[in-house]
Amino acid sequence: MSLLHLAIFSPFLMAMLVPFFYKGLRSIHTGWFVLVLPILLFTYFLGFLPITRNNQAVEKSFDWIPSLGISFTAYVDGLGLLFALLITGIGALVVLYSIFYLSKEKESLHNFYVYLLLFMGAMLGVVLSDNLITLYMFWELTSISSFLLIAYWYDRERSRYGALKSMLLTVFGGLSMLGGILLLSLMGDTFSVRELISQAGELNEHPLFLFAMILVLLGAFTKSAQFPFYIWLPDAMEAPTPVSAYLHSATMVKAGIYLVARLSPIFAFSGYWFWIVGAVGIFTLFWGSLNAVKQTDLKGILAFSTVSQLGLIMSLLGVGAAALHFDALDDNIYTAATIAAVFHLINHATFKGSLFMVVGVVDHETGTRDIRKLGGLLGFMPVTFTIAVIGAFSMAGLPPFNGFLSKEMFFTGMIQLLELNIFNLQTWGLLFPILAWVGSVFTFIYSMMIVFKTFSGKYQPEKLDKKPHEAPVGMLISPMILAALVVVFGLFPNLLSYSLIQPAAAAIIPSLVGPGEKLSVHISHWHGFSTELLMTIGVVALGALMYVTLSKWIKLYTVFPGKVSLNNLYDTSLYAAERGAYSMTKSYMNGFIRTYLVYIFVFFIGILGFTMWTENAFTFNQNNLAPIGVYEIVLVVIITAGIITILMAKSRLTSIIALGAVGYTVSLFFVIFRAPDLALTQLVIETVSVALFLLCFFHLPQLSRHEERMGFKLGNVLVSLGVGAMVTLMAISAHSNKMFDSISSYYVANTYEKAAGKNMVNVILVDFRGFDTLFEISVLAIAGLGIFGMIKLRLSKKGEEADEN
Amino acid sequence: MKTNDVILQTTSKVVFFMIVLFAIHLFFAGHYNPGGGFVGGLMTSGAIVLLLLAFDIKTVVKGFPIDYIILVGIGLLFAVGTAAGSLLFNIPFFTHAFGDVTLPVLGKTSLHTAMLFDTGVYLVVIGVTMTIIQTIGESE
Amino acid sequence: MEILMSLVIGALLASAVYLMLSKSLLRIIIGTGLLSHGAHLLIITMGGLKRGAAPLLGEEAAAYVDPLPQALILTAIVISFGVTAFFLVLAYRAYQELGTDNMDEMRGNEAND
Repeated sequence: MSLLHLAIFSPFLMAMLVPFFYKGLRSIHTGWFVLVLPILLFTYFLGFLPITRNNQAVEKSFDWIPSLGISFTAYVDGLGLLFALLITGIGALVVLYSIFYLSKEKESLHNFYVYLLLFMGAMLGVVLSDNLITLYMFWELTSISSFLLIAYWYDRERSRYGALKSMLLTVFGGLSMLGGILLLSLMGDTFSVRELISQAGELNEHPLFLFAMILVLLGAFTKSAQFPFYIWLPDAMEAPTPVSAYLHSATMVKAGIYLVARLSPIFAFSGYWFWIVGAVGIFTLFWGSLNAVKQTDLKGILAFSTVSQLGLIMSLLGVGAAALHFDALDDNIYTAATIAAVFHLINHATFKGSLFMVVGVVDHETGTRDIRKLGGLLGFMPVTFTIAVIGAFSMAGLPPFNGFLSKEMFFTGMIQLLELNIFNLQTWGLLFPILAWVGSVFTFIYSMMIVFKTFSGKYQPEKLDKKPHEAPVGMLISPMILAALVVVFGLFPNLLSYSLIQPAAAAIIPSLVGPGEKLSVHISHWHGFSTELLMTIGVVALGALMYVTLSKWIKLYTVFPGKVSLNNLYDTSLYAAERGAYSMTKSYMNGFIRTYLVYIFVFFIGILGFTMWTENAFTFNQNNLAPIGVYEIVLVVIITAGIITILMAKSRLTSIIALGAVGYTVSLFFVIFRAPDLALTQLVIETVSVALFLLCFFHLPQLSRHEERMGFKLGNVLVSLGVGAMVTLMAISAHSNKMFDSISSYYVANTYEKAAGKNMVNVILVDFRGFDTLFEISVLAIAGLGIFGMIKLRLSKKGEEADEN
Repeated sequence: MKTNDVILQTTSKVVFFMIVLFAIHLFFAGHYNPGGGFVGGLMTSGAIVLLLLAFDIKTVVKGFPIDYIILVGIGLLFAVGTAAGSLLFNIPFFTHAFGDVTLPVLGKTSLHTAMLFDTGVYLVVIGVTMTIIQTIGESE
Repeated sequence: MEILMSLVIGALLASAVYLMLSKSLLRIIIGTGLLSHGAHLLIITMGGLKRGAAPLLGEEAAAYVDPLPQALILTAIVISFGVTAFFLVLAYRAYQELGTDNMDEMRGNEAND
């Protein structure tokens, strides 16, 4: 345990305090308390910059389950630190924003901040773990916290639908990833990412390599909303806007990107990796931007735009793998793609974060996010408009914002593919730049839609619920900071190049960076009239033209039949699965507890009988039997008589007394079998039990013999005789073959030496097996509380009346 | 269920103390002879049940104004506390200690932390048994 | 003796199962009571019967009976007491609320699925 671990766990600790802040200090918005933590963490992680900028890393480890080789190794290198800074930095801004977005009177803030902190901790865990099992655990925790946050307004049908969808898809991916992780550990005999990387060469030869890769990628693609798993992200927009800005654009959806980047050194040499990651990414970019244009909800546009931008980063990571095949070159230009991926990752967090917050402001101040109702807000919200312009123009790839730079680098990466002669790129490679360019045109269009459909055009006050006005200053601080970053990174990109981008990129393609070396990262605004610039000019020209004529061709979207969408596939298959499971369950679960008992008993008879028969387990050995005395015979007779009386009893009193008789006989058996403690306890228990039965006597029903058909009875008799016979056979054979020596001699030998007691039974109870006793009294306490609750807390109608009497 | 059985009431008053004393004896004897927290606790609650039978619930509750649910909690705390106490001395959870102490009147006595744990068991057993019986009794 | 006990245990369990399969609530509770008696006897019989003195070092005997099953049973006795009490109250509350002690009538219906 170190300070680093504490930093990762601190959000969880903070989450425990949140309810107290919420209950104790109602007058202060809980967010202010929470805000302190991400700011502290951000400054703490900034302290790692001097270390990572030299491509060094910090590692702190403690054992978690050492017998399985699972430890919690916190590992901070360039890539992990970049994400940690994003998580805590954007986290601080989002918390600040949420203070003004969520009203402290109306919302259950304690839930919100607990979930948010849970997410923050989980996400830090994902990006700072070196051990894959720990990573997986935190990974699933992010899915769960995302589920909780999407369903934050759980009384809304759409929220619950979206939450469930995201949960099902991401957890499906997570489980596949676990499979991939296990395969990897099987191949490399370790869970540590760095140890796996060091054996990357051998792993590539392994027959299971491809399966592991596909499984891990399934996890990454579902999390990062890649085609065809992106469908959960638009529905996740039901979450409060701060959540969308934080989880569903800046951080959580980038966990998939992180995973791909982190495991690149293991997989990237393979051609499959290049094609799968690259192709899925580029197609997602195209598909996402294509679909964004037809949305009418501002958040819907942003959701599809996020899908598309994630595709962009993903494709860059895939394409960047090509660099590995040219490590002979001194100044390897093919690293450009990887560098662009890292750079765009940062840029996307800034401009998309600010845009989400802008949309939140618009929603908050006008009551709608529908672009058909919005328009002409420029006069009311000039500051918001400015921020929106900066964010959207950056997203569209216009100078001088940071999006322009990374978009140019993206084009560079794609064009370079045309010059490669590996992986059949000569034939299919042309698709990459084409799809990239078409996707960018649509990106331009929807970016313009966000700004101009909202802020210019005709003002339609009759369609708005509220009278629009500028948002409070506090709500604008966070988007302003992000917009300022967009401009600053756009004008001075080299602030980032050696502090953040180079260390992160170096962690993705470590084999190209020798010890003490650095990748050359220099981002410049002007390359001359290169192909990239021409492509950008083309994007702007065609995009502007298409935006102006939008109303003419938007109807083309209706040509796609709605029925064949992926959403439809998801809904139908979910419905079919539910129906199928229901009818299957219904075929054997008929609602009678008795039937289930019969299943259990028949299974018991079957499995025991089968084993005894096939294994030849039944033996009958008359040696070593204890002698039978007169007392025993008498007791056996009494107990048998008791059983028969219970079975035949017509009245409840008789059966209760007969049960008591059986109990007392059992305690006499304990006397004979030299178990004084048991005899005493059984005796007292029996007394108390009988008292208890009699106390309940007046409340209990008559011992009614409900109509029982002959067949019903016969079946019961058969089952019960079967169980009795099986137990007897089992008892006899267990007595007849002692497979190993008793472990009790240990207790006999050590009772006095180790526990200074003389009553072995008592010493075992309180000392050697104290845990048993501890849990036992807990069970007892729970039973007591249960009874107390059942009687004292009557929730039904009848009960209320009874209480009044 | 108001009963007024004078003979039962008079004897049970005497017998109650005998049973409780015996129960306490059983409880303390536990480490060396048959007995211990379970039997002790059950026997004590048996004694209280006897009073319940002789008198009615209200009288007994007046005589023992104990919230048995809280008794359960105290007992569990005792048990967990004894077990966790060993952590303070940097030895594994649930390690017991014992030693001989010479007390002024009683002479040489051996003390066990196991006894504390057993006290927890004793309290939980009394608490639960009495909670059950009392709540059922009161619900009439 | 062990053989005889095995038969007794078998009888206890058989009747316990029979009672648990019946429709009346009270019979089910009595069945669970018998079941735990059977289980306790089973455990102690498995440890071997009458192989020495009671497990108290004060006896200073050459051999003691197996203390471990006894410790297990002691735990089981107390738990089964708690569970039986819980069942009893559950049964009588269910009877009060539902007005029936017939398990068939207590069946969960479609509307509650």
